[in-house]
Amino acid sequence: MIRMEQVKKSFGSNHVLQGVDLHIPKAESMVIIGGSGTGKSVALKCILGLVRPDSGRIMVDGQDAKTAERDAFLARFGMLFQGAALFDSLSVWQNVAFRLLRGSLKRPKDEAREIAIEKLRRVGLKADVADRYPAELSGGMQKRVGLARAIAADPEIIFFDEPTTGLDPIMAGVINDLIREIVVEMGATAMTITHDMSSVRAIADKVAMLHDGVIQWTGPVGDLDASGDPYVAQFISGSPDGPIEAVR
Amino acid sequence: MTYALSFLAGLGALTLSLLAALGRITLFTLETISHFFRPPFYFKEFGHAVLNIGYFSLPVVGLTTIFTGGALALQIYAGGARFNAEAVVPQIVAIGIVRELGPVLVGLMIAARVTSSIAAEIATMKVTEQIDALVTLSTNPMKYLTAPRVLAALIVVPFLVAVGDIIGIMGGWLLATQTLDFNSATYLRNTADFLEASDIVSSLVKGSVFGGIAALMGCYFGMNSGRGAQGVGRATKGSVEAAAVLILAANFVLTGIFFAS
Ligand SMILES: Nc1ncnc2c1ncn2[C@@H]1O[C@H](COP(=O)(O)OP(=O)(O)OP(=O)(O)O)[C@@H](O)[C@H]1O
Ligand SMILES: [Mg+2]
Repeated sequence: MIRMEQVKKSFGSNHVLQGVDLHIPKAESMVIIGGSGTGKSVALKCILGLVRPDSGRIMVDGQDAKTAERDAFLARFGMLFQGAALFDSLSVWQNVAFRLLRGSLKRPKDEAREIAIEKLRRVGLKADVADRYPAELSGGMQKRVGLARAIAADPEIIFFDEPTTGLDPIMAGVINDLIREIVVEMGATAMTITHDMSSVRAIADKVAMLHDGVIQWTGPVGDLDASGDPYVAQFISGSPDGPIEAVR
Repeated sequence: MTYALSFLAGLGALTLSLLAALGRITLFTLETISHFFRPPFYFKEFGHAVLNIGYFSLPVVGLTTIFTGGALALQIYAGGARFNAEAVVPQIVAIGIVRELGPVLVGLMIAARVTSSIAAEIATMKVTEQIDALVTLSTNPMKYLTAPRVLAALIVVPFLVAVGDIIGIMGGWLLATQTLDFNSATYLRNTADFLEASDIVSSLVKGSVFGGIAALMGCYFGMNSGRGAQGVGRATKGSVEAAAVLILAANFVLTGIFFAS
């Protein structure tokens, strides 16, 4: 469904992606792990066209992302940004229902609001936050509003950039279950970035590890512990000793 | 010798980068204009922009122009007295305010008030990935953020200039009748008789152009902001500088077009 071939991206002399190859089949949940600053967020943004890759090819459903009709292409995606990226001039429910209030998916205001409140409930937020503004919410609540916005229009493909960072363990569990549910029940294709190993095990069908600008290892989540890859082993154990440098 | 060369090289590089920036701003402007004519249209955003740029700028426009009108009347009276031409105060105040000071002052106040706030708002949206989020939600940021603001400024700033012109002339009238013993009715008649339609048209056209420049610069610098708080600060500063300089340059050009003959 999504295929990245030799995708490269540099910011000046900072060579972030140096030939990423990755394939995510339809209705599967792929989790990307990797150290901070290795380019996981950049990789997601490349697929969405928010960052233009220097070279390489990105195909979605056999269609080149570069030449696809932008509106139709983006209408299939939902994205949760690492920093939530809520519109602070709009109330919480208007953020969640943003897509449902304008454009091709436009519907009556009452209906959009109802859907927004239902999505908020699914991410563990009560209806009374609907009329508040993003600046009045805690970081973890903003993150969950961002998550509700990403899933509001029931997209086919969903990207989650660190969905559980900043959440308490119970809420993190709720969000993990929700992501799993979206993939299993709605047949969505999901790509999740996370540093939280319990999230990885709860969400993933497959795991890919990004390191030094390339996919070091990829495989089913069941193989994670016996990957035989020193990078993955070190990442899981969180040990400072191993091939991944931990500058101190 | 090498100093001279490196100075010249620096000058060349500066010229090139200025030209490149001008090219990018031109493309940005053309893209913005194209969005005026292609749906979807965001009427709510447009309404907000009209309120912010127009209505909420009224106090600052009124205050700047009334003081300037008064000061202008005083200067012309004092200057005119040197060759017994005190009587021209109403005429020169009218011309000075309507042709020049009204539009320029309003333009500069809009640059201070509106350009800065647009630039800071859009730059913050850019830095916090809200612009990216708009794109992923199938909304074109140029259409959603830039087009409504620029269109609103084009339409609303001429009204502000009209208000500024009237209040500026009133400032002159107040000063002249209260402290310089001008006759109120004569002052107003002289003003009305002296102004021509072309004066007023030029004033309003200038207002529209200056408004467009102010909003465009805010959007352009905001959209091209660098990362972090520093990026937002730079974008805001750059937008106000560019808007002010371009407004004054455009004023020079427009004055030439209207009144050179
Ligand atoms: N717009 C940009 N301009 C310049 N450099 C950038 C830009 N976006 C990302 N980078 C750089 O690319 C690198 C990868 O960034 P990215 O945000 O993808 O990391 P990440 O893997 O998501 O890290 P984290 O886990 O901390 O979120 C970083 O070194 C960052 O400084
Ligand atoms: Mg990241």
